[in-house]
Amino acid sequence: MLRDIFSKKRKYATISKQAEREDVPEGLMVKCPSCRKIYYRKELEKNKLVCPNCDHHHTMSAKERIDSLMDEGTFEEWDVQLTSDNPLEFPDYIEKVEKDQRKTGMNEAVMTGKGNINGFETAIAVMDSRFRMGSMGSVVGEKITRAIETAREEQLPIIIFTASGGARMQEGVLSLMQMSKTSVALERFSRSGGLFISYMTHPTTGGVSASFASLGDFNFAEPKALIGFAGRRIIEQTIREKLPDDFQTAEFLYNHGQLDRVVHRHEMKSTLTTVLDIHQSGGDAS
Amino acid sequence: MKNVLPFEKPVVELREKIAELKKISGDSEVDLSEEISRLENRLEQLENEVYENMTPWDRVQMARHAERPTTLDYIERLFTDFLELHGDRYYSDDEAIVGGIAKFEGKPVTVVGHQRGKDTKENIRRNFGMPHPEGYRKALRLMNQAEKFNRPIISFIDTKGAYPGKAAEERGQSEAIAKNLMEMAGLTVPIICIVIGEGGSGGALGISVGDKLYMLENSTYSVISPEGAAALLWKDSNLARKAAESMKITSYDLQELEVIDGVIEEVHGGAHRDIEGQAAKIKEVIKSSLEELNQLSESELLEKRWQKYQQIGSTTSVLKREESEE
Repeated sequence: MLRDIFSKKRKYATISKQAEREDVPEGLMVKCPSCRKIYYRKELEKNKLVCPNCDHHHTMSAKERIDSLMDEGTFEEWDVQLTSDNPLEFPDYIEKVEKDQRKTGMNEAVMTGKGNINGFETAIAVMDSRFRMGSMGSVVGEKITRAIETAREEQLPIIIFTASGGARMQEGVLSLMQMSKTSVALERFSRSGGLFISYMTHPTTGGVSASFASLGDFNFAEPKALIGFAGRRIIEQTIREKLPDDFQTAEFLYNHGQLDRVVHRHEMKSTLTTVLDIHQSGGDAS
Repeated sequence: MKNVLPFEKPVVELREKIAELKKISGDSEVDLSEEISRLENRLEQLENEVYENMTPWDRVQMARHAERPTTLDYIERLFTDFLELHGDRYYSDDEAIVGGIAKFEGKPVTVVGHQRGKDTKENIRRNFGMPHPEGYRKALRLMNQAEKFNRPIISFIDTKGAYPGKAAEERGQSEAIAKNLMEMAGLTVPIICIVIGEGGSGGALGISVGDKLYMLENSTYSVISPEGAAALLWKDSNLARKAAESMKITSYDLQELEVIDGVIEEVHGGAHRDIEGQAAKIKEVIKSSLEELNQLSESELLEKRWQKYQQIGSTTSVLKREESEE
């Protein structure tokens, strides 16, 4: 009976083909925001949304990421029913969340579940920057925490793709506490011997950068992704000097010893497969 | 009188007037005792009115008060044999965080905390209590040492936030904070965290994962400063007062949100009016917390810590909300 209510009102649907189609930029052509070259959308998609001209990594939705990574038909999504409450009674907050639910077809800014990558079963959480800038409130924290816990119980590795502006303002200190919550879950997971691969994509800043994103056994990032704790403008105002252009990019972090590798999207699947393979016996690919 | 907050001005003025009258009546033959006692009654009334009805913005001002006691003020009063220890062993010593070993009621503990300066000179040295990565790494080093020697950890939180600077980013501010969150989650000794002033976002969080989290009545804990929130939400940092009201950042707000274990009351006018008394109240809380936590085995301690954090947040299910709407 509950399912009936759920399916009748489309506006909350979490995996809706219609909603997804709406988000695809109108028309057949896409302009690269970096080099301004214009492409067929199909051509870009074939190239994993990487600009064939300048190598710019276009934003990937969570669904696109999972589709490009997981073996077909193996992904099982978790916790699609969870949604934001409005603990601070912020005006218009729920409306904004609902608008992004319709826009993205997701219930919140992260998609979690499990599936296979070249035959290796793994838990996965993929953040989506189109949903409230990927900000972390109670639901994002809860879904990631649950995914980590399930991975621990089922003795699976977990891969988290981050894309987030940080903690979500509208849930105040509860958003902040999700940093602790996910970190406490990761400690438990780590203590049980679990493998965690953190994969940072554009942008990974603030509270997400200062919690689980930095806590991988392996920390990878996509080229040119913005990664950092404090915002560029705030730092410039504080220290009163111009920052270098590459400040807080993946390459900047790599040069300062904070990343294991900067991984091109074309190498994403093979790199992850190698790590999973080395840590896990019994995958189909072995 | 310096450092009087706008909202408490009437109280201070009346108090000054009474003092003046007392001086006059002492110097002269005129008997003012009746007038004085009338005014003293009025003062008591006024104090109740003013301090029992503080707005969140008043509390923000109080948490930032120039005379507000700092970590070292409390360390001096709560512990004996405090020996400050320095350096993260990688880069430098960050004086925005202090830490060391001490005794609490005769038993060994490790103490860490943010440290603001008392004057401009000290504030520059301590970077206004805003740590760099090495501050968090020093704290972690000391906390790991505490675990090795089985000492409980007491952490005092009082910072506007982790320092937003170029060097901090280069040396991994995010990683330093993140690592502390995770490592503190797994330390097998009791950790008691007390917010004594401002609890500014990730910079505060970086030393405040533990088994108990308390806040002084007039302290704050928030995801962003009221000024920052106002700038982000309404593009106007002058709306900080409004932001303070709506962001739920006071001790009582956090108690209601079930984020903290309790509020430690302050005297009228704030902790700086009675540092000894405030320290005594904090002492009671540490004492009872340790008594409770010392009963637990290591695995029970970690399990309880996990449960404490697991339940923080506010979510609902789509299905539930649909039901309530129909």
